[in-house]
Amino acid sequence: MLRLDSVSRHFGDQHVLDGISLTVPDGQLLSVVGPSGCGKSTLLRTIAGLLPAQEGTITIDGTPVHGVPERLAVVFQEYGRSLLPWLTVRDNVALPLRRRGLGRAARRAEAETMLERVGLRGAARRHPRELSGGMQQRVALARALVCRPSLLLMDEPFGSLDAGTREDLEDLLLELHRGRDATIVFVTHDIDESVYVGDRVVVLSPGPGSRVVRDLSVGLPGERDQLTTRGLPGFVELRTEVGRALRGR
Amino acid sequence: MVRRTALPLVLRWAVLLVAVACWEVAARARDSVYFPPPLRIARHAHALWFSGNAGHLFLTPAAVDTILPSLGRMVSGFVLAAVAGIVLGIAVGRSPRVYALCNPVLQFARAVPPPALVPVFVVVFDFGTPMQVASIVFSAVWPVLVNSAEGARATDPLRLQVVAVLRLTAPERLWFLILPSALPRIFAGLRLSLSLCLILMVFSELLPGSDNGIGFTLTDAQTRSDLLTVWAALVLLGALGHLLNTGLLAIEKRLVGPTASAGRTA
Repeated sequence: MLRLDSVSRHFGDQHVLDGISLTVPDGQLLSVVGPSGCGKSTLLRTIAGLLPAQEGTITIDGTPVHGVPERLAVVFQEYGRSLLPWLTVRDNVALPLRRRGLGRAARRAEAETMLERVGLRGAARRHPRELSGGMQQRVALARALVCRPSLLLMDEPFGSLDAGTREDLEDLLLELHRGRDATIVFVTHDIDESVYVGDRVVVLSPGPGSRVVRDLSVGLPGERDQLTTRGLPGFVELRTEVGRALRGR
Repeated sequence: MVRRTALPLVLRWAVLLVAVACWEVAARARDSVYFPPPLRIARHAHALWFSGNAGHLFLTPAAVDTILPSLGRMVSGFVLAAVAGIVLGIAVGRSPRVYALCNPVLQFARAVPPPALVPVFVVVFDFGTPMQVASIVFSAVWPVLVNSAEGARATDPLRLQVVAVLRLTAPERLWFLILPSALPRIFAGLRLSLSLCLILMVFSELLPGSDNGIGFTLTDAQTRSDLLTVWAALVLLGALGHLLNTGLLAIEKRLVGPTASAGRTA
């Protein structure tokens, strides 16, 4: 369980996060929506231990976060920069497995299995820049999941992909999440996406000094489909509610 | 990224060939002792250095006494400078504080014209190979050091966050992220260093107290008014420099090729 207890952060005298409290139960996919520049990325980096929380505490399963926690993975928006261009796709995915003390052959085998699960069976020996943006983000997803993290943080992961690719990856994420107990915090500025992928949507107020302004449970069926789910009255109601909260009405 | 369209091999060498041909014609027309035609220089160089037997790779004993000592000094100087420059440069570049402290010193050291340092090394080491290698190392280390430091400093901050989340150890971080990121800059430094090595190699051999090497051959032939040998030594230096540079470029292409996305500066 991930727990944030009145977490605040400021850069100089600029408040970015203003007392954010959240409890995310194991296995939940939490969408965090907020306008651009509201501190969503800062929140994510604070949970990841990349930035220290200046006030308040963050705990994972009761252990306070100091530095990067174990069994944590992050998928960043900038897939082109987050993958290492001098390593093949397979070696990029195998990189986090070094921590587990596996031999080279075992690391590569696991990486290839994971690549197959994200639909990149044939791309193992290619270099990231030979792949399309969507495929590169699949590689980043494979690298994040190969260590079976208990907490996965995603920072607008599909924000720079075209609409079709983005929908494919949303479905891939839902498919991979099903049957796993990983907790996912999914940051986005896209209202529809937040409702479509989330079990729960949290809306942040615009900065400076972001707070949680709305906390909605998504009561949609687990099996989702880009066409039918988005047409359900429950989906439309939720997206309207999130939109209202975003606009402060 | 703009790729240069590769000219056919013949065309790329055409300018050089035309220049040499003009030189040949002009030198024959003037028939001056000071400016022998290139064909005669080539024949002289061949007789002097490359007419040995096949078992010695066609090198004559004179060539073994001349080229190998020079090459040995230059290569050992270059390798020492490269290793020291990369190791120190990355160490300096990884810490903003160390970088801020060292930068003025580095800029100063780099600005001193390298041959001016040779007299200092003559005093410290006396004449001979240690002095020569020390002069080469001390001159050639700065461009590698400064460029490696810049390269390490410019490591993408997002990638540093990525490897922090992947919980790589410090050596892994160095090997998988910092070194490959800095590689284009490191090679830019190595190319500058290589040409400095050649300059310092010749310069240190011109000094009294040297008794072998290409630089020594140059001064020795000049005192004997053997202009043909002087010219042959100059051509040999040019060819050697070109060969070593081509070798370095080939290594660079192999290592940096797949990562050429990072900006390169000379």
